[in-house]
Amino acid sequence: MATLYALFVDPFAQMWDNPEFLLEVVIGGLLSGVLYSLVALGYVLIYKASGVFNFAQGTMVLFAALTFSGCIDLHVPIWLSFIIVIAVMVVLAFGIERVVLRPLVNQEQIILFMATIGITYFLRGLGQIVWGGNVRTLDIGLPKAPMIIGGVLVNAFDLVSAAAAGSLVAILAVFFQKTAVGRALRAVADDHQAAQAVGIPLKTIWVIVWTTAGIVALVAGILWGTNLGVQFSIELVALKALPVLILGGFTSVPGAIVGGLIVGAGEKVAEVFWGPALGGAIEDWFAYMLALAFLLVRPQGLFGERIIERV
Amino acid sequence: MTSAKRIGEVLLHAEGISLSFGGVRALTDISLEIREHEILAIIGPNGAGKTSMLNVINGFYHPQQGAITYKGATRRRMRPHQAAEQGIARTFQNVALFRGMTTLDNIMTGRLLRMRRNFLWQALYYGPALKEELEHREYAERIIDFLEIQAIRRTPVGQLPYGLQKRVELGRALAMQPELLLLDEPMAGMNVEEKEDMCRFILDVNDEFGTTIALIEHDMGVVMDISDRVAVLDYGRKIADGAPDAVRANQTVIDAYLGVAREA
Repeated sequence: MATLYALFVDPFAQMWDNPEFLLEVVIGGLLSGVLYSLVALGYVLIYKASGVFNFAQGTMVLFAALTFSGCIDLHVPIWLSFIIVIAVMVVLAFGIERVVLRPLVNQEQIILFMATIGITYFLRGLGQIVWGGNVRTLDIGLPKAPMIIGGVLVNAFDLVSAAAAGSLVAILAVFFQKTAVGRALRAVADDHQAAQAVGIPLKTIWVIVWTTAGIVALVAGILWGTNLGVQFSIELVALKALPVLILGGFTSVPGAIVGGLIVGAGEKVAEVFWGPALGGAIEDWFAYMLALAFLLVRPQGLFGERIIERV
Repeated sequence: MTSAKRIGEVLLHAEGISLSFGGVRALTDISLEIREHEILAIIGPNGAGKTSMLNVINGFYHPQQGAITYKGATRRRMRPHQAAEQGIARTFQNVALFRGMTTLDNIMTGRLLRMRRNFLWQALYYGPALKEELEHREYAERIIDFLEIQAIRRTPVGQLPYGLQKRVELGRALAMQPELLLLDEPMAGMNVEEKEDMCRFILDVNDEFGTTIALIEHDMGVVMDISDRVAVLDYGRKIADGAPDAVRANQTVIDAYLGVAREA
């Protein structure tokens, strides 16, 4: 009885008693969810354009962050480091297209997926060889002090990351919806064969997509790195993007964002209000349970395309 | 339609094309000419290799034997986007549109190759790239007017009825300003009225822009009406090639097509 009370009554009673605290928790969760969204966005971009589930996305986040912090440690100015890392990601995209995607064209999805696992190991090794295996701190002067806005305690860094993620998404939206290249990307995502027939060169498109995913990885890497330090466990955190994708749908950019926010807010609320009753550490598994529940009800995700097979 | 119109030089010459998938021979030693400004119909029973032939011409399939001479240049294999760059556009048997995109966006993808700015510029929504985008937008609007699909400009094509999808697909191909237009069953699954519209569009395109058209079609009435020349395939071989009336009277064709000989 006491357990039932602690699970089903007490948490809601607490929320009711102290709505400002609830708001604080939700906002904190939403803001950290932004980071999940960013990682998930990288997966969605590549999956949409090439049908490949890119297992290496998490490692790309790590690799971009490592390279960035490595440049900073060498006293390269921040803006230049940013450009250098983008250039590295472009080279990486060209390399992946040439060495991995081109020889495997028209192969089964699972084979391409395996290939991206290979990319994961390659990048992890390369990162370690070039930059070493130590945890690096990354400080590019983003504000970190907590502040009070309208009676609610907010972390300034979270606000900055939300703003950065928001503008990145806005830029991507314009890029995809308004420009000729964006249209070509959407066309390829829709139908490879038809895209080739209208003269869209698939190779160029793949390079562009992987570059875009690389830039998204860089932004995510900088934000994660500032928050937690640049270390190899970033890869594991990137796994949280998987439940986000299941929630949002693998093919939907808005889905990745909303999914990230739901997971972020959900796990914080669960941790704070149900943590005491369940013994804590809910944050670690909450996202996966939520994804599992979602799979049972709506396998295509919130915004994913419904799969209707004609028989 | 007078066959004596402006039919000119040979635009595309396929010679001795053989194509097989594993042990299955799809095409055997086919030679085919397509002349400038003509409408060529490729007909034949199901599985005769008609679509395979189109796929060879625009580079989806690479034949084991034979060569294709297009605009004077001979080549063994070509990639689809290279074919597109050289002015070959096509539509597909089972509509291959970008289903999530609007009619206008679909047609605009056809303009991509006509854009002069390189990809880096096109990635921007600013300055010269924006100006160019607007110019091409104007061209796309002309095609939309021509095909009378103004009302569905902003509709995602996945939601359109089949007949209209076929029309949008034609529009996307036209946006490429092709010299050679390959149409794979442009009228399949259409009602009489839609077929009439489609015939009119095909004839107008051929007439006004001088576009050379090779089409696959099953409706014999349509074929006889609009084509200047008919080539007949059966079991991967070409069994007849000539003016519609001559082909219609050809006994081999009648046998292959109707199987009447076995009837008696």
